[in-house]
Amino acid sequence: MSLDRIVIVGASLAGLRAAEELRARGYEGGITVVGDEPHRPYDRPPLSKQVLTGTMDPAATALVVASGSIDDLGLEWRLGESATGLELEERSVLLGGGERLGFDGLVIATGASPRRLPGTDHLAGVHTLRTLDDSIAIRDALAAGPQRVAVVGAGVIGAEVAACARSLGIEVSLIEALAVPLERSLGLEMGAVVADLHRAHGVDVHLGVGVVLIEGSDRVERLCLSDGSVLEVDLVVVGIGVSPNTEWLEGSGLTLDNGIVCDATCLAAPGVVAAGDVARWPNERFAEVMRVEHWANAIEMGEHAARTLLGDAQPYTPVPWFWSDQYDRKIQLAGLASSDDIVEVVSGRLEDHRFVAFYGRAGRIVGVLGMNQPAKVMRWRSLVDNASSWADALAVAAASD
Amino acid sequence: MRIVVDYDLCESNALCMTAAPEVFEVRDDDFLYVLQDEPAEELRAKVEEAARRCPKQAIVIEG
Repeated sequence: MSLDRIVIVGASLAGLRAAEELRARGYEGGITVVGDEPHRPYDRPPLSKQVLTGTMDPAATALVVASGSIDDLGLEWRLGESATGLELEERSVLLGGGERLGFDGLVIATGASPRRLPGTDHLAGVHTLRTLDDSIAIRDALAAGPQRVAVVGAGVIGAEVAACARSLGIEVSLIEALAVPLERSLGLEMGAVVADLHRAHGVDVHLGVGVVLIEGSDRVERLCLSDGSVLEVDLVVVGIGVSPNTEWLEGSGLTLDNGIVCDATCLAAPGVVAAGDVARWPNERFAEVMRVEHWANAIEMGEHAARTLLGDAQPYTPVPWFWSDQYDRKIQLAGLASSDDIVEVVSGRLEDHRFVAFYGRAGRIVGVLGMNQPAKVMRWRSLVDNASSWADALAVAAASD
Repeated sequence: MRIVVDYDLCESNALCMTAAPEVFEVRDDDFLYVLQDEPAEELRAKVEEAARRCPKQAIVIEG
């Protein structure tokens, strides 16, 4: 198959890394990048960290390429334009303005959108956090000196927003429907350590409760929780997860099921690949169908999908990796973690909030979690890469700690 | 090829160490140590990978 016109939908981390890899692999044809925001690709991790606390200029989030200038990639930018449809047979992407962009190769990296709390659209002071503009709006709202911020949802985004607000000296209530923060990411036992971390920093933590009602006339004034408590707040940040951006692909012929369903090589249809938060694929390393919302996956899957598009189709079998910065703690997880796994602390102590824990499943190590232990996490992640037995993994940790 | 790390940006995420252990080492004191400022040319691919993997874009390759 000869490729001469590649369209990348999603001016995102995954989209940019795909473009970079296409060029690195010698593809010299046209690359058009479509993005619905006015911005060139930017880096999201600072949006829930340094940008919120005002310690990083939003302009500094612009992504760069290691090999030189982003302009050297020779990309045609179509920013501020939404893709509204895909015609697989005709090989074209429809844009909001009615234009058709023809392609012979397509990379879909449209990401995901935050879920909103129903019935809050009319209220000022209720935010979600996904885009650069979202982050700037929350930064400004925090800088305006609210009396109390409610963070609804204690996943990675919610926990980081809570930590930022506390570090600015603002009173924070953190509300999570599950039993502990980061339960889906870390499981119950280690999520409890994160709850402890937030309490130690003076956050008012509400676990296992939902939000029944958000009240206010024009602006949010109070939250009613499912346990009957009422919180007076003047700012709410909602972090209750995301939905993959696939609406524009309904009826296109691509298989959609909590994301674009790809094969093991990131291929969604002939000449069409997907990467990042929007893509679901069978990760053969873990015999699991995954959709991974991590920063590192956007990079690695963007690069991998680009190679697949160029004809070098290998199974994409990453060990997922993410990190989260909360207060002065760096949480890093390489691999998988769930409440059903065996968890063993192999270095440090939980109560010091400086430790490494292993997750085990079916006799193998599947995850390495660290809090303020980056060197050990990165050293021991190879145990997950190699699918070491649980006993061998514990022995390695005991010998080198 | 010369490696410059912006230590004001570096947060010791240690991804670089996974990509190019010959060049980057995060030690148990949680600081990054660059083992070779001017690594041999055959390490370029690994060093570029390390720069791309850095969550802080703190690694710059000169030359």
